[in-house]
Amino acid sequence: MTPITVRVDGAAYTDDVEPRTLLVHYLREQLGKVGTVVGCDTSNCGACTVHLDGEAVKSCTVLAVQADGCEVTTIEGVARGAVLHPVQKAFHEMHGLQCGYCTPGMIMASIDLLKDNPDPSEDEVREGIEGNLCRCTGYQNIVRAVQHAAAEMRGDTSASNGHSGNGHVRPAVVDTAAAPHVAVQA
Amino acid sequence: MIPAPFAYARPTTVEEALQAIADGGEDVKVLAGGQSLIPVMRLRLAAPGTVVDLGKVDGLRGVRDDGDAIVIGAMTTHSDVLADPLIAEHAPLIAEATGTVADRQVRHRGTFGGALVHADPAGDLPAVALALDAQFVIAGPSGRRTVPASEFFVDYLTTAVEEGELLVEVRVPKLTGQWGMRYEKFNRVAQAWSIVAVAAAVRREDGHIAEARIGLTNMGPTPLRARAVEEALAGAEATAEAVGAAAARAAEGTDPSSDLNAQADYRQHLVTVLTRRAVSTAAGL
Repeated sequence: MTPITVRVDGAAYTDDVEPRTLLVHYLREQLGKVGTVVGCDTSNCGACTVHLDGEAVKSCTVLAVQADGCEVTTIEGVARGAVLHPVQKAFHEMHGLQCGYCTPGMIMASIDLLKDNPDPSEDEVREGIEGNLCRCTGYQNIVRAVQHAAAEMRGDTSASNGHSGNGHVRPAVVDTAAAPHVAVQA
Repeated sequence: MIPAPFAYARPTTVEEALQAIADGGEDVKVLAGGQSLIPVMRLRLAAPGTVVDLGKVDGLRGVRDDGDAIVIGAMTTHSDVLADPLIAEHAPLIAEATGTVADRQVRHRGTFGGALVHADPAGDLPAVALALDAQFVIAGPSGRRTVPASEFFVDYLTTAVEEGELLVEVRVPKLTGQWGMRYEKFNRVAQAWSIVAVAAAVRREDGHIAEARIGLTNMGPTPLRARAVEEALAGAEATAEAVGAAAARAAEGTDPSSDLNAQADYRQHLVTVLTRRAVSTAAGL
């Protein structure tokens, strides 16, 4: 066992861990931070993305011992009490999720992207979150959500109601006629 | 999956790291950013007895100016490379290729030195290091030695770093004159490895191409220089026709593999196309 000291979502922890323990397993199983999920076994999907000293990383491809002395932020640590982070709020408002499994990683990767690029184009958003896979193929609204959040974080109030200048951050209209079961459920 | 158990060493100096590597014997793996090593350990394709983690070794991270060269510490992350002003000024080809590596999460952890020592034929940085005539500084029990890029990449996933040794830094000579550079990469989906890629640095003089250096990614078990193209371009007019004729020779001497992404003959065609594009852009055409 190897001793580690980390701060996770603002709280300090000192633990003994097996060196082979992956950071994501430490977060979920030892600290109970189950908001961060495991989606794949190949470093592809990005569902487990957290911030390590402020940078997005795939926590399934980091050993817990490598995080010794570091600050970790998970999806559970980005809201301020009951107030959602602007990126969380935008994913909610712009329907940036379907099953929701990729969402924690998408949000953590998006926050990291917006830190470097506060006003990304659609292409830049798609490139910026290329390390995150949505298996519901919901990328359209994810891209809209990231751009919506970017506008909000820049203080661009014209986007705060879902209508930016060029209109491309409007949520997609759901065509219930094309999906009768949706209408029935509704 | 979870990696098989291993003994873990966390040195803080190069000397301690070399000692830990020596203590680990034959069954030791050096952990840099871990973006290739941890996945293969998780899949149990590798199960080293000892892992020596360089994460806390001081002095292996960062880029410095050393007169006629810039020196990149082996543990400098891809993200740090992308943000570095010395690399932007003296070796923008490295930054351009680094920007195509995997995705931003991987680039935050993955390191320049780790990617070079891993020496994956489809990795982007080996061909760039070869094109720029980089020098590899390797530390071992009996001191340091410097190996030129032309001798560093030995075979598939194999470099000149011997057992008991460690890559500590990479010296990239500053180029003098009017150089243009371009990394032209072909892949099909996001965060994918290169099917083929071409790293080109071209020096122009009086409307001619005075000198060209071209590195090829994934055209054999190691990165290759496209010597036939370089010879054809030396002194050639800087025209689309001359570049096209020279680039047609890009597959000479290559030995690419066939895999799910492409057959060897397709790669040999693709490399001529990508070389033409890379050289044209680098030459400002």
